[in-house]
Amino acid sequence: MTIGLPHYLTVAAFLFTIGIFGIFLNRKNVIVILMSIELMLLAVNINLVAFSSFMGELSGQIFALFVLTVAAGEAAIGLAIVVVYFRNRGTIAVEDASVMRG
Amino acid sequence: MMAVLQAYAPLLPEIIIVLGAMVLMMQGAFRPENDAETSRIMWLALAVLVAAGVAIVQLGEPARLFGGAFVDDAFARFVKLLVLAGAGGAMVLAFDEMKAQGSFKFELPVLLLLATAGMMVMVSAGDLMALYMGLELQSLALYVVAAIRRDDAKSSEAGLKYFVLGALSSGMLLYGASLLYGFAGTTSFAGIAAAASVAGAGQNLLLVFGLVFLMVGLAFKVSAVPFHMWTPDVYQGAPTPITAFLAAAPKVAAMALLVRLVMTALPGVQPQWQQIIVFLAIASMVVGALGAIGQTNIKRLMAYSSIANMGYALVPLAAGGAEGAQGVLIYMAIYIVMTLGAFGCILSMRREGGLVEDINELAGLAQTNLFLAFALAMFMFSLAGIPPLAGFFAKWFAFLPAVKAGLYWLAVIGVVASVIGAYYYLRIVKIMFFDDAKAPFMATRAKEGAIVALALVLVLGFVLPFVASPLVEAAGTAAASLK
Repeated sequence: MTIGLPHYLTVAAFLFTIGIFGIFLNRKNVIVILMSIELMLLAVNINLVAFSSFMGELSGQIFALFVLTVAAGEAAIGLAIVVVYFRNRGTIAVEDASVMRG
Repeated sequence: MMAVLQAYAPLLPEIIIVLGAMVLMMQGAFRPENDAETSRIMWLALAVLVAAGVAIVQLGEPARLFGGAFVDDAFARFVKLLVLAGAGGAMVLAFDEMKAQGSFKFELPVLLLLATAGMMVMVSAGDLMALYMGLELQSLALYVVAAIRRDDAKSSEAGLKYFVLGALSSGMLLYGASLLYGFAGTTSFAGIAAAASVAGAGQNLLLVFGLVFLMVGLAFKVSAVPFHMWTPDVYQGAPTPITAFLAAAPKVAAMALLVRLVMTALPGVQPQWQQIIVFLAIASMVVGALGAIGQTNIKRLMAYSSIANMGYALVPLAAGGAEGAQGVLIYMAIYIVMTLGAFGCILSMRREGGLVEDINELAGLAQTNLFLAFALAMFMFSLAGIPPLAGFFAKWFAFLPAVKAGLYWLAVIGVVASVIGAYYYLRIVKIMFFDDAKAPFMATRAKEGAIVALALVLVLGFVLPFVASPLVEAAGTAAASLK
């Protein structure tokens, strides 16, 4: 069996779906949400690199490098916000993030 | 060497802002923290914005840089000036209040400047990569700004919610971008437009899914229903001066990005994106109008108001064409003025213990501070769309293209929703003018008073031809340049 573009796209679609479900179904921990976000971005990277490789067009790989860089910055900011939140509330459980309602 | 520098001249406004942010960061890091330094940083940040505005006005011929990734045309310039005005006005409102709360840090103007630079890149994006980089520069700075009161549980919760939902939306947008890249084989808007205008492209799954994911991501950023859940919580939790910033400029930039994307990259599949925009517009108008009714916190109320306003702004976009784009631009320009004016009034609701946010605290304001009550009443009338105030003309220019394009029922739903919305705007007026007076607020600060007065003049005077026609003409030129 040769592995073609549809295989890569399917893997990426699965990873992306897992990432989205990780955000919505997870009731426990904010860190899991950060991991899910990272998973979504990596699924996108698989897509970009697979398209780029199969079409013989380079800009997708450049895009993937940009995404990687931004993902690093995003993770840093996310963790910083989580630390600030933990200092104020003493917990990072998702269910507790409900001071504001309405 | 000079030729190279001249070729980059269209980037000058962005370069000024980014360099200004770096200089301010060094200034803040190496100078002592005292009142004189703080006020110097505040004025320098505003000076950077003014310099960027001057640079935009001075730009020469329209140009495209980096293989079309950065577009400098009349549309970009118009929206950039709006963004700078919105950001500058919000900064004038924000700095004194943050200082009074003891939470002014030099990082605040630096982050706000970087967010502004991100918005300007978004507005000029002619390529999916530029779109993503601009959007993230804006969003990452704003996540931090929302959580800037590190000792306040509400502020950090707002930052957390904004970050998680914002990152989710960026992920969706990016997934859509990757599918569009796979469809077109290029990331430039022009290339995507060429690939999408081939007959039968509307049935291509990559294109359709890419379009949907991209729209979902951008709908999050403009807080259109059903992707609006973050807005009330973030507006309420973030410090009020920051909320004023979040409500004004970022909305305009995201809306302009949406307009440019659908008009320049996807004109060939208008039936496909039109359905999505129509749905978003109707849902936002209705949910925004109904959701605000039960609110007692004025920041939450403004959040629902902005959701409804984004719905109205999407109506002309559904109609499409240059006239639709013009309608969006006029709506957003007037929206910025009304929002900054209303937040200027909200920031003046100050007692000894700090800001109050409950709508009932406004009771009888007309007896204690007639100017403030009158100004807030005018902004509320304007947001409700009552003639002859600016908000009426905003809705006029929004619904007119939709009617011309045959979307009668969309315009009818919009009018019905704005009648429902008028209820909660008028409730505030009733509380201010007819309820028993409570303890008076502290005196309004000069800068807040100036912003409120300026916005009031524009809202009241929009009916005069020499106020309205330059805006309408400039928006028309900007919309016509969108190709």
